[in-house]
Amino acid sequence: MPKREVVALGIAAIVVAVVLPLCNLLPSGAPLAVSNFTLNLFGKFLTYAILALGLDLLWGYAGVLSLGHGVFFGLGAYAMGMHLMLEIGSKSVYQSALPDFMVWNQVKSLPLFWWPFHSAAFTLVAIVLVPALFGFAFGYLAFRSRIRGVYFSIITQALALSAWLVFNRNEMNLGGTNGLADFKTIFGFPLSQPATQRGLYVVTALTLIAAYVLCRWITLTRAGKVLVAIRDSETRVLFSGYSPAAYKLFVFVVSAGLAGVAGALYAPQVGIITPAKIGVLPSIEMVVWVAAGGRGTLYGAVLGAFGVNWIQSWLTTSYPDLWLLFLGGLFMGAVLFFPDGVVGALGRLGARARRIVSRRADPAAATPSVSLGRPTP
Amino acid sequence: MISRSTVFLSLVAWLAVGAAGHAAGAPAPSSELAAALTDLTGDDADKREAAVTVIGQTRDPKWIQFLSALRDGSVYTRRHSGKTELVVGGTKATKGDQDVIDIASAYERAPLGTVPLTDLKEVPADRRLRLAIKPFLDADETKVQLADPDPNVRRGAAVKLGNQAVATAAPVVEEALKKESDRWVRHALAEALALTHLANGTPAQRTAAAHSLGDLHSESAVPALQRLAADTAASPAERAAAVTAIRAIERWGLLTRTVETLFQGASLASILLLMALGLAVVFGLMGVINMAHGELMALGAYATFVVQNWFRAVWPSHFDSYFLVALPVSFLVAAAVGLVLERGVIRFLYGRPLETLLLTWGASLIIQQGLRLWFGAANVDVSSPSWLSGGVPVMVGLTLPYNRVFIIGLATAAVAAMYWLLFRTNAGLRIRAVTQNRAMSSCLGVRAGVVDATTFAFGAGLAGLAGCALTQIGNVGPSLGQNYIVDSFMVVVTGGVGKLAGTILASAGLGGLTKGIEPALGAVFGKVAILVGVILFLQRRPAGLFATRGRNAEA
Repeated sequence: MPKREVVALGIAAIVVAVVLPLCNLLPSGAPLAVSNFTLNLFGKFLTYAILALGLDLLWGYAGVLSLGHGVFFGLGAYAMGMHLMLEIGSKSVYQSALPDFMVWNQVKSLPLFWWPFHSAAFTLVAIVLVPALFGFAFGYLAFRSRIRGVYFSIITQALALSAWLVFNRNEMNLGGTNGLADFKTIFGFPLSQPATQRGLYVVTALTLIAAYVLCRWITLTRAGKVLVAIRDSETRVLFSGYSPAAYKLFVFVVSAGLAGVAGALYAPQVGIITPAKIGVLPSIEMVVWVAAGGRGTLYGAVLGAFGVNWIQSWLTTSYPDLWLLFLGGLFMGAVLFFPDGVVGALGRLGARARRIVSRRADPAAATPSVSLGRPTP
Repeated sequence: MISRSTVFLSLVAWLAVGAAGHAAGAPAPSSELAAALTDLTGDDADKREAAVTVIGQTRDPKWIQFLSALRDGSVYTRRHSGKTELVVGGTKATKGDQDVIDIASAYERAPLGTVPLTDLKEVPADRRLRLAIKPFLDADETKVQLADPDPNVRRGAAVKLGNQAVATAAPVVEEALKKESDRWVRHALAEALALTHLANGTPAQRTAAAHSLGDLHSESAVPALQRLAADTAASPAERAAAVTAIRAIERWGLLTRTVETLFQGASLASILLLMALGLAVVFGLMGVINMAHGELMALGAYATFVVQNWFRAVWPSHFDSYFLVALPVSFLVAAAVGLVLERGVIRFLYGRPLETLLLTWGASLIIQQGLRLWFGAANVDVSSPSWLSGGVPVMVGLTLPYNRVFIIGLATAAVAAMYWLLFRTNAGLRIRAVTQNRAMSSCLGVRAGVVDATTFAFGAGLAGLAGCALTQIGNVGPSLGQNYIVDSFMVVVTGGVGKLAGTILASAGLGGLTKGIEPALGAVFGKVAILVGVILFLQRRPAGLFATRGRNAEA
């Protein structure tokens, strides 16, 4: 990892994982105090950022555009949600050992696939493994038959639609349209306590940092180089003796696992997971975080997830009618005017400023700068 | 209180006078009828009800009219020249300080002048009496309907009679059956007659009725037949006939359901085809998947809505022809927006399909939200022109709605137009040239940009046309496009690019498959099964049904 990036990552990590929770400990009204609400909101954004990292690895580096990552996010979130539902036990409204919606749907006994989620250890494994295995099965079939480019995007979009339809059904015993909600405790800690939420926030922040390091490590290995090569010319990689399908499958599974972890951290912080987080629109929204932030950089994806969601939470409360127009405009603008996102645009701006400054200092030294634009798939 | 005998006598006298005055018409009232009329003015509810039955059973249209007036509370009694008589009230008015009313005689409706309302006493029609009157009026109404010039009305009346299965209706139905020439009305009448016999006839009649119901494939007779088959009091012949009939009806039901599923599959396939045609041609030509295609379809639907409203406001006398105007208008509106989209933004992203996909998705969000802000989030109401409502009965128990038939026809016409355009015109030649080799075509003087723009606009127009057609079978709302878009992408992916036949075959296959497995799996799991099927299919043929074979490794 370049030294500059290590320093920047360290500073960001201290601010996000240490300073912000400390500020939350300050009494409200004090300068720099961060309210519980804001911290919780940031925690949600951080989970999105984890997902965006995986998506950037997949799209920005390997050039595979998935429009179905909401499904993996949902699988992780539901896996965690199921454990949290079982933790409620008989403290629920109907005072039954079964989750409330099952009582409501007249389900007599706990369905078999719910049983393992009694175990916290199993759940922690499942939030990664379930999405990763599902991603493996789907990706294996898709990449093996050389479904790529737009074809792959469309197939993943159909996956998002199907998953959304299926999770909406009551007979799946996953809460139907209302999803899983009303969680009480997580591993014994009451979720209503600010301290628990703060703890969750710190865990999320640390997970994000770990995910960043993991993704960066992947891009710096030889495999990372192959991924970029696949993005730029898959056929050439194939003819050079590599198997693009295996590399793509690997990165798809990694990004599915990251999405699952993000979902699992999302559910307890937001307190509800419904099929609405799985469908076509949320899945494609995730792509625009990466596109707006700047793909192929990793930090651009994190910034994009933060920025777009911040704007969303502001717009949807202040001007609900404008949000979709803004989102549509963001898609078009990000593609047309900022193909390398905010990060790229800032980089270009910085380069131009440096050029102007250096030209003033030494007009003779003004050389044409190297374009920062990267080849796009 | 008017004594009963006086009323009786006066009525007899009055009726006799009436009969004398109109020698050609009125039959001499039987003593039974006269007694009934007397009972009607009395207080005994049972006797009054019996009286209504007696009057109704005369089946004399004029007495039926009298009952109708009685139900509406416009029958009065009055003292006239020493006698009590029944009269029917007409228009009420206020003259000076008292209310007056035009009255007419009960049977002949001969005007009897205008009298003060205070001279009359209303014959009350309570709920019980009205209920007693109803069947007679209904039967009368049905009889009128059976003579209606519109076969659909006649058929409806026959079906109603069959459902009621009242014994007294049998002669009426037989009468109508003799005169009827329309095939479907005859069928309904025969069914009604058999149902009536089944419910009320002798054992022999019931056996015959069961046989004929089996031959008629009468779906509505199944419950009655099942009762008969399970009835231990019935003769073995009757029960055997009922069982045979049920079997015949069930076999026929299977057949109609199969045909219906095929038809629904064809109808869904047509919609998918209308959408996918434009998508597939543009994809083949430019490698661009247009995510805003669904919204272009919604635009076509809203254009239809606007044209409809314009006709309703400006030219209501020609409302039925609005749809003929809406078809080209919706095509043009969607094509214009498509042209703007292509020239405005998409052409700058040539060769970057994933970016184009995101860009068009952004455009779709903007169009969708724009429609929501302009027309409101609720569904708008588009009514069908009269020539598209109703359906054509093709076999017993199966009516194909005109709107679905129309869509199948429209899709066929669109495919024909597409073939003609691609293979019989110079423009089509250029489109095929650019699709096969863009660089070489450009070198040879084909202006690829113009070809792109016109093709994109044409594809968008087809989406608009699909939207116009969809207004006839579904709801029109801002998110109309979303319901079909993923399915039509599936068609494009399955069909492959390059050949129209792939798109046609894929939409027929997916449409038929969807409707075929929906009854077994339900709509949701049916969709999931289709997705799994498509993925598995792509294992064998990664580039779809008809891939263009070339020497290019990227293809």
